[in-house]
Amino acid sequence: MTASTATQPNRVDGAGRLTPANPVRFSFDGDTYHGLAGDTLASALLANDIHLVGRSFKYHRPRGILTAGPEEPNALVGIARGAARRQPNVRATVQEIHDGLDATSQNRWPSLTADVGEVNDWMSPVFAAGFYYKTFMWPKKAWDTVYEPIIRRAAGLGVAPDQPDPDRYAARYAHCDVLVCGGGAAGLSAALAAAESGASVIVCDERAAPGGALAFETDARIDGQDGHRWATETAAKLAAMDNVRVLPRTTAFGYYAQNFVALAERLTDHLDEPAPSMARERLWQVRAKRVVIATGAIERHMVFANNDRPGIMLASAARHYLNHYGVLIGRTVGVYTANDSAYAAAFDLKRAGADIAVIADIRDTVDPALLEEAGRLGIRVLTHHAVVAAGGKLRVSSIVVRPCRGGSRQVIPVDALIMSAGWTPSVHLFSQSRGKLRFDEDGRRFLPGEYAQDCASAGACNGAANLAATVEEGLAAGEAAAKAARPKATAKPLSIKAESGGSWDGLMLGAGPNPEAGKVVKAFVDFQNDVTEKDIRLAVREGFHSIEHVKRFTTNGMATDQGKLSNMHGLAIAAEALDRPIPEVGLTTFRAPYTPVTFGTIVGHGRGALFDPTRRTPMHESHERAGAVFEDVGQWKRPWYYPRAGEDMAAAVNRECVTVRKSVGMFDASTLGKIEVVGPDAAAFLHLIYTNPFMKLGVGRLRYGIMCREDGFIYDDGVVGRIAEDRFHVTTTTGGAPRVLNHMEDYLQTEFPEMKVWLTSTSEQWAVIALQGPKAAEVLAPFVGGLDLSKEALPFMSVAEGTFAGVPMRLFRMSFAGEDGFEINVPGDYGRAAWDALHDKVAEAGGCAYGTETMHVLRAEKGYIIVGQDTDGTVTPHDAGLSWAVGKAKDDFVGIRGLKRPDLAGGGRRQLVGLRSKDGSTVLDEGAQIVADPNQPPPMDMIGWVSSSYWSDNCGGPIAMALVEGGFDRMGETLYVPMPDGVVEVEVRDTNFWNPDAESDNG
Amino acid sequence: MRRFSGFAVAREAMRAHKGWGRQWDSPEPRSSYDVIIVGAGGHGLATAYYLAKEHGITNVAVLEKGWLGGGNTGRNTTIIRSNYLYDESAGLYDHAVKLWEGLSQDLNYNVMYSPRGVMMLAHNVHDEQVLKRHIHANRLNGVDNEWLTPEQAGEYCPPLNISKGARYPVTGAALQRRGGTARHDAVAWGYARAASARGVHVIENCAVTGIRRSGNGQVTGVETTRGFIGAKKVGVVAAGHTSVLMEMADVRMPLESFPLQALVSEPVKPCFPCVVMSNSVHAYISQSDKGELVIGAGTDQYTSYSQTGGLHILKDTLEAICEMFPVFTRMKMLRSWGGIVDVTPDRSPIIARTPVPGLYVNCGWGTGGFKATPGSGHVFAHTIANDNPHPINEGFTLERFTTGRLIDEAAAAAVAH
Ligand SMILES: Cc1cc2nc3c(=O)[nH]c(=O)nc-3n(C[C@H](O)[C@H](O)[C@H](O)COP(=O)(O)OP(=O)(O)OC[C@H]3O[C@@H](n4cnc5c(N)ncnc54)[C@H](O)[C@@H]3O)c2cc1C
Repeated sequence: MTASTATQPNRVDGAGRLTPANPVRFSFDGDTYHGLAGDTLASALLANDIHLVGRSFKYHRPRGILTAGPEEPNALVGIARGAARRQPNVRATVQEIHDGLDATSQNRWPSLTADVGEVNDWMSPVFAAGFYYKTFMWPKKAWDTVYEPIIRRAAGLGVAPDQPDPDRYAARYAHCDVLVCGGGAAGLSAALAAAESGASVIVCDERAAPGGALAFETDARIDGQDGHRWATETAAKLAAMDNVRVLPRTTAFGYYAQNFVALAERLTDHLDEPAPSMARERLWQVRAKRVVIATGAIERHMVFANNDRPGIMLASAARHYLNHYGVLIGRTVGVYTANDSAYAAAFDLKRAGADIAVIADIRDTVDPALLEEAGRLGIRVLTHHAVVAAGGKLRVSSIVVRPCRGGSRQVIPVDALIMSAGWTPSVHLFSQSRGKLRFDEDGRRFLPGEYAQDCASAGACNGAANLAATVEEGLAAGEAAAKAARPKATAKPLSIKAESGGSWDGLMLGAGPNPEAGKVVKAFVDFQNDVTEKDIRLAVREGFHSIEHVKRFTTNGMATDQGKLSNMHGLAIAAEALDRPIPEVGLTTFRAPYTPVTFGTIVGHGRGALFDPTRRTPMHESHERAGAVFEDVGQWKRPWYYPRAGEDMAAAVNRECVTVRKSVGMFDASTLGKIEVVGPDAAAFLHLIYTNPFMKLGVGRLRYGIMCREDGFIYDDGVVGRIAEDRFHVTTTTGGAPRVLNHMEDYLQTEFPEMKVWLTSTSEQWAVIALQGPKAAEVLAPFVGGLDLSKEALPFMSVAEGTFAGVPMRLFRMSFAGEDGFEINVPGDYGRAAWDALHDKVAEAGGCAYGTETMHVLRAEKGYIIVGQDTDGTVTPHDAGLSWAVGKAKDDFVGIRGLKRPDLAGGGRRQLVGLRSKDGSTVLDEGAQIVADPNQPPPMDMIGWVSSSYWSDNCGGPIAMALVEGGFDRMGETLYVPMPDGVVEVEVRDTNFWNPDAESDNG
Repeated sequence: MRRFSGFAVAREAMRAHKGWGRQWDSPEPRSSYDVIIVGAGGHGLATAYYLAKEHGITNVAVLEKGWLGGGNTGRNTTIIRSNYLYDESAGLYDHAVKLWEGLSQDLNYNVMYSPRGVMMLAHNVHDEQVLKRHIHANRLNGVDNEWLTPEQAGEYCPPLNISKGARYPVTGAALQRRGGTARHDAVAWGYARAASARGVHVIENCAVTGIRRSGNGQVTGVETTRGFIGAKKVGVVAAGHTSVLMEMADVRMPLESFPLQALVSEPVKPCFPCVVMSNSVHAYISQSDKGELVIGAGTDQYTSYSQTGGLHILKDTLEAICEMFPVFTRMKMLRSWGGIVDVTPDRSPIIARTPVPGLYVNCGWGTGGFKATPGSGHVFAHTIANDNPHPINEGFTLERFTTGRLIDEAAAAAVAH
């Protein structure tokens, strides 16, 4: 089949709606073919008489095109647009062709016609459902080294892309009065009725063209015209209305709480050469006041031996290919049905020139009108007959027909077989909305029962009997939805007459009548996953009685089509085997998405730089210019260190650390969380939130505060300044900013609602420069207006308002480095100017800017903790050596009860101590564990761990902090840190490494 | 119990598998049992199995309100690892991993335990500190866990983006080679079959609606949708619904229940060799034997008993996945679902006696209890049989939330500075 010609052998002159003047070139497995504009890949392949397009998952059986829609389980191909745009598992029945489309069959090696994987089919007697649970257990080690790799290679379908995706994906949020899912007769009627009533409407359909089943129902007439034409015109009319948005190629894939429906719109996969600016797909997140579900119904296949041979397809699909695409799927066509609608298909195919070899109908009695028409067309109908097997391998070549209750076999040559076991209403979205399904005994189908959300179903998905009822239901649902969404609007009741010659009566659930039962055959229920009738019976025999168990044991309904064809058959077979009614066996849950959706669609813009916002301080550019290396801290980019020519990180940090202590350094502390706490009860509130006392903090004074959770463990810390009687400037850790605000709000609203306090996040309002070191005051002085910087006027741990170079400023005299120092708060917009101006002076004074690493080292030299590094959610203020910060006289604060619990109050707790490596040179690994006896075998008794560890030039060696069991009582003890390459001996000491003897007025 | 083997499968293949019987019996409940386990998830079934196997207590029923394995056991992403921080946790989870290693043979059921390695990514200094703390503690506890550079991480998992230009570049990783995955359904079914073979009754479609106690407070049995069933001892193993059940015996549990979602992609040929987790760029992922990418999301923000979560949670998760693996944007989400997880304040489970004599509880596994299934069942069976904990679960008491003796694995997620 390598014909590279513009002729399309199966294209019928005068049939279908495509224009012969618009040929399109595409390739399949490397060979070039022609189709017509408007073709799907499936219709174009069929036009070229190609039925064999893929291989099944487990047995690697040759597979053809079964359907003409998104329910397709077999015809999955890989599509490539260059090396980076490869898409596995594309349904050929949905993919529209375009010039240059490059499709490849999947899951076969070396070729589609000769696939080595076929051995699985020969082995299939062994490979029954769930066989892998029973074997591959010996020898013990062989599962993951031998069996699993083989199984994994055999499994899977297409090949995953291995290059970053060059395409873009877009996203929209939308609100509307009425969302209509489905653009067939029911959906369009609903949209029209709602739109005419003035409601804002969104109507989406997964196909390229509107009309749904009207595409093949050539005998449908709506509003006095051909059904499909009516659909096309109605869609155009809707699209032209201001209050309506029509979304073709858009699948409603998920129905979430409160009428939130997710739609996936495909924008470029059907285009020859999409403009680079175009997004490939778009996610719509729609919140609709009302939803109309008009998703139609899906035809089922018949279950019989070798029902999977290429050339066998659903009757409606064959009709679709003929009436819409002008493609005749075979010359000698057999028909196997339990439903009237297959007759219409047979008649259409016959009129288009096919020979209908036989219609085998399992029913005893068939509508005489159909039999009459068949007679008129010269078609032989065998009622009460079943197709018991299909012959042929890469393409069906014959069928075996027998009376349902046994009798003579007839082997009838065919080159195609069309089939219909009746129609399954598409209740997926209804079910996702948490609506309860009810079982309709007459129609042996599940229909919408009790609704859980503001939605309605209309048409075939609601069990409508015929086209007239479908349109009526659509109109009524649309009108009702519009009225509910806009009670004041005046509805314009519409009435549209519709009729169709076609009947959809009759059905078969489960396996077809089989007078040859007992023969070893494969009658497929789930095509893609190769689940046969026997597999389902085996599951039941082995005790899998819940339908969920049957599904999981056999994998029925778990393929990429999610059981759109197979679920009802599987359920019926299980019910029969269990001898229980279908509704008692139950239906498996319908889970989003309705059809598979690319990750890209769901992710939308949230990739690369937009994956998460990047927060930069107002001074960011200055840091960049200074050559800072940045560190990710939450969403923030913080200067980590400022290397100078030739410096590595260690050298830069050492220089910065020494410089601060010798002269002066400046640090961008803008990322600190800031909360303005205001109100008459502000002090009382903070008194409860922090472990420290706050009632008596004077105006203009600062206090270092610790905040616990209810359980008594440290939650956050920071410096709090009293700006006025009723106003505090609270700072939090960088990471804690949102958490602490929430924590405070939570307590304010639930525990202390009587308090008059208002909380405002001011984190981004203030830019903060920490200026630290002996020369800090001297450098700062020239900039300051309205303030006396002397230690008498502005003592350590106080705050005052003044100006910095004329800009309003809150000045904290404090230090996280144990120096004389300031934190200069200026309005964010002035942050950069303030930084640059100060930086010049700092440089002149022999100082420098320093980053987070130096900040960490300096504070560790003083033994100050970092919450989250030296605490981990199990550390109390006492453990951290901060008992002084817990108000002894306080009778209440958040965490006070927690702290009294026996384990928190008792002995043996891990306490924060300093460590010094005895060799004077080893910088311990942060996170390293500490033991008292290094010679024990694992599991070793670990008594602590290293939380902070640095090289300190200021201290002349390595310094570390650690949480150690009973640490406060171990001063001077030798402990051990076992590392993979040897044990490090350490001595326990206090945490104040820097200048421990000097009288500290800065600590 | 008919033994499973390659030989048995081959023999059955010759007679169309007609000879297989039920994997577990479905008996009518007796009027009373020595022990009733409430909840036929992996943990409940494993408990029953080890009660029978290790303690000779076979007059046991496992009561399940729906179908066995239909709770979180059948909904989870099956990540198995034991590189937990605290001694108690490392002891418990490593006990489980050791049992996983021989579980298929022990149960005569292929649970497909596949130690293909679990890699946890670091994206910043804080992540590194936390992961290294784990590695050091694990090493001294005899649990394997090693540090990888970004380049080594990229080699171990080729689809991983280790570019420095990523929004949150990978700065290193902790790898536990013995970590991996197993087949969740097989775990439930394998335990059910093996327990049933030892005489345990596994009773599905039987919801417990009350817990009956005698005058002195001792448990005497349970009310169910199939009537009262007596029991000397009752073990509640009901994951997200544990609080509801314990409420029936007036025990208030320190638990919150949240929806947790997961999703799978369409199946593709092998492209992802291991398990990757990231705490900072929150998501975790592996590829099933069937070829689907199995992806776990975070919990919803609000407590709920509804098994459907919001789309935005999946969106966040897939953003994280595509950030770490930009090659996957064209992959398609095939199916998504949710389970209700039971979360304790310290993120460690409770496997313990309760204040009610004869009532035991095994819960609080939150988002990560599948990996513990064999170990949990094993020590819980010991606890019930002896009315005393096994040394491995001594610390996992209910009282620790009163005393403050937490096993705070949440510490790993502690705040950044
Ligand atoms: C999406 C998701 C992903 C996860 N990923 C992982 C992972 O990768 N690795 C990991 O280790 N863990 C993971 N977990 C967690 C893991 O699934 C659970 O911790 C574990 O499976 C719990 O097992 P179980 O037997 O305790 O609970 P379940 O399997 O939930 O069993 C509890 C059973 O109790 C039954 N029950 C409840 N109420 C009653 C009643 N009144 N009467 C009778 N029966 C009742 C339920 O129906 C249920 O079957 C994940 C969980 C979820 C939801």
